[in-house]
Amino acid sequence: MTIDRPLRVGGLTLATAIVLAACGGGASTAPTIAPTTAPGATAEESTGPTSPEPPTGDVVLQGAGATFPNPLYQVWFEAFNYQYNNIQIDYQSIGSGGGIKAITEGTVDFGASDAPMKDAEIAALPAGSAMLHIPTALGAVVVIFNLGDLKDLNLDSDNVANIFLGKITKWNDPAIAANNPGVALPDQAIRVVHRSDGSGTTNAFTTYLDTVSGEWHDSVGKGKEVNWPVGIGAPGNDGVAGGVKGDANLGAVGYVELNYATTAGLTSARLKNVAGKFVAGSTDGVTAAAEGAAADFPADFRQAPIINGAGDGTYPIASYTYLLVYKEQTDAIKGQTLVAFLYWALTDGQATEGGLGYAPLPAPIREKALSELHAITAGGSPIWP
Amino acid sequence: MATTTPPTFRGTSRAANLPDRIFRNGTRALGWAVVGILVLIGIVLSVSGSQAFATFGPGFITGTTWDPVKDVYGALPYIVGTLAAATIAIVLAMPLGVLTAVYLAELAPRRVAIPLTFMIELLAAIPSVVFGLWGVFVLSPLLRSTVEAWFVENLGWIPIFAGPSFGVGLFAAGVILAIMILPTIVSISREVISSIPGSHREAMFALGATRWEVVTKAVLPAARSGIVGAVILGFGRALGETMAVTMVIGNAQSIPTSIFGQSQTIASKIATTFSEASVGIQTSSLIALGLILLVITLALNVIARTLVAQAAGGAVGAD
Repeated sequence: MTIDRPLRVGGLTLATAIVLAACGGGASTAPTIAPTTAPGATAEESTGPTSPEPPTGDVVLQGAGATFPNPLYQVWFEAFNYQYNNIQIDYQSIGSGGGIKAITEGTVDFGASDAPMKDAEIAALPAGSAMLHIPTALGAVVVIFNLGDLKDLNLDSDNVANIFLGKITKWNDPAIAANNPGVALPDQAIRVVHRSDGSGTTNAFTTYLDTVSGEWHDSVGKGKEVNWPVGIGAPGNDGVAGGVKGDANLGAVGYVELNYATTAGLTSARLKNVAGKFVAGSTDGVTAAAEGAAADFPADFRQAPIINGAGDGTYPIASYTYLLVYKEQTDAIKGQTLVAFLYWALTDGQATEGGLGYAPLPAPIREKALSELHAITAGGSPIWP
Repeated sequence: MATTTPPTFRGTSRAANLPDRIFRNGTRALGWAVVGILVLIGIVLSVSGSQAFATFGPGFITGTTWDPVKDVYGALPYIVGTLAAATIAIVLAMPLGVLTAVYLAELAPRRVAIPLTFMIELLAAIPSVVFGLWGVFVLSPLLRSTVEAWFVENLGWIPIFAGPSFGVGLFAAGVILAIMILPTIVSISREVISSIPGSHREAMFALGATRWEVVTKAVLPAARSGIVGAVILGFGRALGETMAVTMVIGNAQSIPTSIFGQSQTIASKIATTFSEASVGIQTSSLIALGLILLVITLALNVIARTLVAQAAGGAVGAD
């Protein structure tokens, strides 16, 4: 009997907590009982240059796609939800290909992809619909290596291509030594580690190899998954990192996303950029590369990875990651939410990128993306005129 | 309907018979549903994979290039990798598993056998990704510096033992798989051996046979069919295992010439590349790979059942 008492007390506290929680919920949702926003009303509110506001009712958006920007997006969705309690955005990082499939089939409200959609994928969209590519951030690919205590290494584009072609097989190869004067390179066999799964990282990296090496272009090509001439495959950034670091993997070389290398503290090589300078991967170098290439940014926003962008401090391998949204939104409320979120991501959201290892968009591209938001329509009329 | 099925058994009334019929028909429907699921899987794989077979014909099975850039797909490296890794696993796990089962069932005292059996079966409860992590960080560096180093140095002139060895590769995958299928082989074999009637052993002992003779001449022959079944079940599991294999096999896209070389299995190829595969011929080729794996597994099961059925003729074995 005596045992019962604490239990009862526990039950009472629990009940109180539930009641309190229910009250809390009621209190926070109370203001949202305001009349649901008609598209016309919002159009009036947001005429001119003011920012688009999300609807006041409860909205849940579903998204799916790329794994690379997932850490950034999770931070964004949480911050956005903090600002607008009634908006909840769920995102599944199932991979770019999965994101494109999901948005094509309409099972999500927005998709996400590292590589822009291919022509064939656009042709597979529902008839009469158009997809907008909204760039959100930039990533870079860095070449990681394991030479024990040797942490400083310069590589030019020929070095990288020939290593991954299997033509340079020793770290003390004269071609590598030429870029590293005064460094005692070991007589160590090179062991290439690449991604075994399809990925936007591989797309960016092979685009680099494809651009800088004619032989790579002829024999391998570029894509999310390629037929590697040499090396061991490992799944994911962490798989590649696991295959490169550690004493057992001395001599290994691989490639990972910059943000992954930054957070995991991996040793990466400095790559020679178009100005002849050896630069380490950095978010500044990536944004600089994107800024240099901004003039050539395609009208449909489908920018291939930026290889050897012009400028002194640019990093040679940079690529955009995109959110994919239909131009014509079937659900006006969701469309309004999406536009508001995208606006927030392209403005306030950009400030959070650097700290997470992502490169923010250069100003001209940000402006282009913001003006693209005006093109999103619901029921034929622009959501944010 | 009801009138055509008079209550012939136990003399029960129609009303009392009703739950019985519901039970019988319900379970029958469920039984056929399982068959239906298998047929549906086969149909879906065939239809979705047909584009690959239509494009490459038999070349899909014999082709050795898998190139998503040029859209050329050949499955042979993955078929070879799958069979090779599973074969290495069976070669290692079969003697170990059967001998362990003999020890547990015939030789070990009860107070040793019970906890030991429990611990071996516990191996089956370890998630495969944990095996994979252990394989990457512990097993493959260890194999590289011990077993593989020895083989490459002393027997490296035999092509299948040729170096260089990186730790990760077919052999490491085979060892991991062997550990993973060990519980299956041990527990089924032990059950089978335990079910051999004691009279067999007593008869042998009465003839003056040693323990060794009893096990090799009376127990194992009688249990043969069940042990074969256990081994084939283990082989089937090794064929389909994905995560642990992906992490240690090296995922190379060519046919390995040495057991220390890198390879990739059908299951790991599908698992790692399907989510990013582009719609069309690449996806179709991956689904066709799945169909090949299904056919291999089914064929193996048919062979296993035939073997067991033949061996079971006259022998006392587990069902």
